[in-house]
Amino acid sequence: MTKYIVRRLLIIVPVLAGISLVLFTILAMAPGDPFEELATNPNVPPEVRMNLRAQFGLDDPIAVRYVRWFTSMMKGDWGFSFVSRVNVETLIMQRLPTTILVIGSAQLLGLLIAIPIGVYSATRPYSLFDQIATTGAFLGFSLPTFFTGLLFILFFSIYLDWLPFIYRADISASGWRWWWEHIRQAIMPVAVLGLFQAASMTRFMRSAVLDVIQLDYVRTARAKGLAERVTVVKHVVRNALIPVVTLVALQVPTIFAGALITEQIFRVPGIGSLLISSILANDTPVIMAITFVFSALVVVFNLVADILYGWLDPRISYR
Amino acid sequence: MAGSIPASRTGSRAAGGTYAGAPPTAARRKSSSLTAESWRRFRRHRLALFGSVVLLLMVVTVLAGPLVYRVPIDEIDFKAKLKGPSWAHPLGTDDLGQDVLARMLYGGRISLAVGLSAMLIAITVGTAVGAMAGFMGGYTDHALMRVTDLFLSLPGLPLLLLIVYLFRDGLKKALGPEVGVFVLIVAVIGGLRWMPVARLVRAQFLSLREKEFVEAARGLGAPPVRQVLRHILPNSVGPVIVAGTIDVAAAIIAESSLSFLGLGFPPDIPTWGRILFDAKDNLDFAPHWALFPGTAIFLTVLSINYIGDGLRDALDPRKVL
Repeated sequence: MTKYIVRRLLIIVPVLAGISLVLFTILAMAPGDPFEELATNPNVPPEVRMNLRAQFGLDDPIAVRYVRWFTSMMKGDWGFSFVSRVNVETLIMQRLPTTILVIGSAQLLGLLIAIPIGVYSATRPYSLFDQIATTGAFLGFSLPTFFTGLLFILFFSIYLDWLPFIYRADISASGWRWWWEHIRQAIMPVAVLGLFQAASMTRFMRSAVLDVIQLDYVRTARAKGLAERVTVVKHVVRNALIPVVTLVALQVPTIFAGALITEQIFRVPGIGSLLISSILANDTPVIMAITFVFSALVVVFNLVADILYGWLDPRISYR
Repeated sequence: MAGSIPASRTGSRAAGGTYAGAPPTAARRKSSSLTAESWRRFRRHRLALFGSVVLLLMVVTVLAGPLVYRVPIDEIDFKAKLKGPSWAHPLGTDDLGQDVLARMLYGGRISLAVGLSAMLIAITVGTAVGAMAGFMGGYTDHALMRVTDLFLSLPGLPLLLLIVYLFRDGLKKALGPEVGVFVLIVAVIGGLRWMPVARLVRAQFLSLREKEFVEAARGLGAPPVRQVLRHILPNSVGPVIVAGTIDVAAAIIAESSLSFLGLGFPPDIPTWGRILFDAKDNLDFAPHWALFPGTAIFLTVLSINYIGDGLRDALDPRKVL
């Protein structure tokens, strides 16, 4: 098992290098020059500009620039934000926990909704419950998160006036009240994201259970007189979860897209909204770093899924 | 972006096997061509049929609407701003008093065009990559699949935002604001969505390559190009059509998300997502402004997803309908 994990970890390095190569190529191909501002500024003589370019190594061959950029990324030196004059890594570290918290709770909510509903409707295929659940799931993943978010605000914040629609990091309360305010403002973003995830996960879960439930060992379990509940929970669900793990991991990029949008709608101070505001402010170092962080997170979640898959399914050998 | 490729109604996996010839039931029916047979199976899926009707209505409205409903999209009228639906403005007005219906009809054309064009790009690239990998095998296959895996682990939306941010101004200058942004968005969305198609096509090619009829063609001296174009490719279109349908929906959502974040089309090109972006700060005074375009996106995506579901059932020969 350890060997398997190490192998998986080693695969990460070329993947990250590949992703960084793609990102760097995009950046290098892009028109525009970080020193454009200096070029148009008449107070800066051309020699100074040339010196600056040389100093920052902008005239070096592209391969050299890539290697330099990649090594400093790996060392954790991600540069300065043009706008807030702070280290990019500090900026991201301030925002990342919020994003992870929102995504994590949304994912948890999604699983809590999807697993029971998926199992229940797959054990009673084409029943009324199943039809309602399937239709609901279909509607759910056809509803884009930006529209659900607006609908939630319209209904829960404006019409009912129950929940705040702006996420605030600086709540001036303490103790229980502080917790309550935090939970209250997180309900809508988490629900929007979680329900969207739940919709596609319900479909995965349902079809996985349908695949497993007709296998011979399930019939054996029933034949030897196990209660239906025990058969479903111990024999069917455990095995149906194996493919679902992979599918859920493959969904991770979708979750990030959703998180970006929900953070923007509810003004959650996470890295998604930081990305948008950096794009609007032309803050290239931050934009590059956040895109890289998102890619790295996708890779990490794929790794986690791989390891979980190996652990859940004994047929996979840990070569 | 809606899920990549959702499982079908009955839980059978997306056709990993072959899609060759008519299903066994067709033998009893007299003279049903493959298309007719698929159409018969497609009609069985009532929601898919319903989705096709809704989508067709949507397309016709968007194409013919501006010819009938001749209100300009940018006529500013401050006296009528943020008004709800009325006879003069069937879907109300926005904060500048512009007619929401006219804007939606115009924007719908673009949203749908983006969806279709991005899908075509995704399918073309995906089929090309998958076909090459599946037919050549060996080292080419290995390299192409690594590239596919790499693209699969790129985060779609953030990367989309990054590319649009970096290249928007350049393309705007080169091709004009409308065409430039359109080309950019379509190319990037299509360029980030070809991977599932490539995998499907490769799987199809791997199994079809070894089939007897391809072997026969090879034995008769058909050159590789003919084997691929004439024998293998036509037999692997089924899953591609299904994936392509769902890609249209995903591309529409991707474009709307971009515009909704204020980074897609400029404000004078009111795609549905862009209207939502403009409307979102006025939800409490003018909910209609956001509700109509949002519903339009939702209905379009829902219909397309149902059509995809129906096509999956119709084109899966292993499924008896």
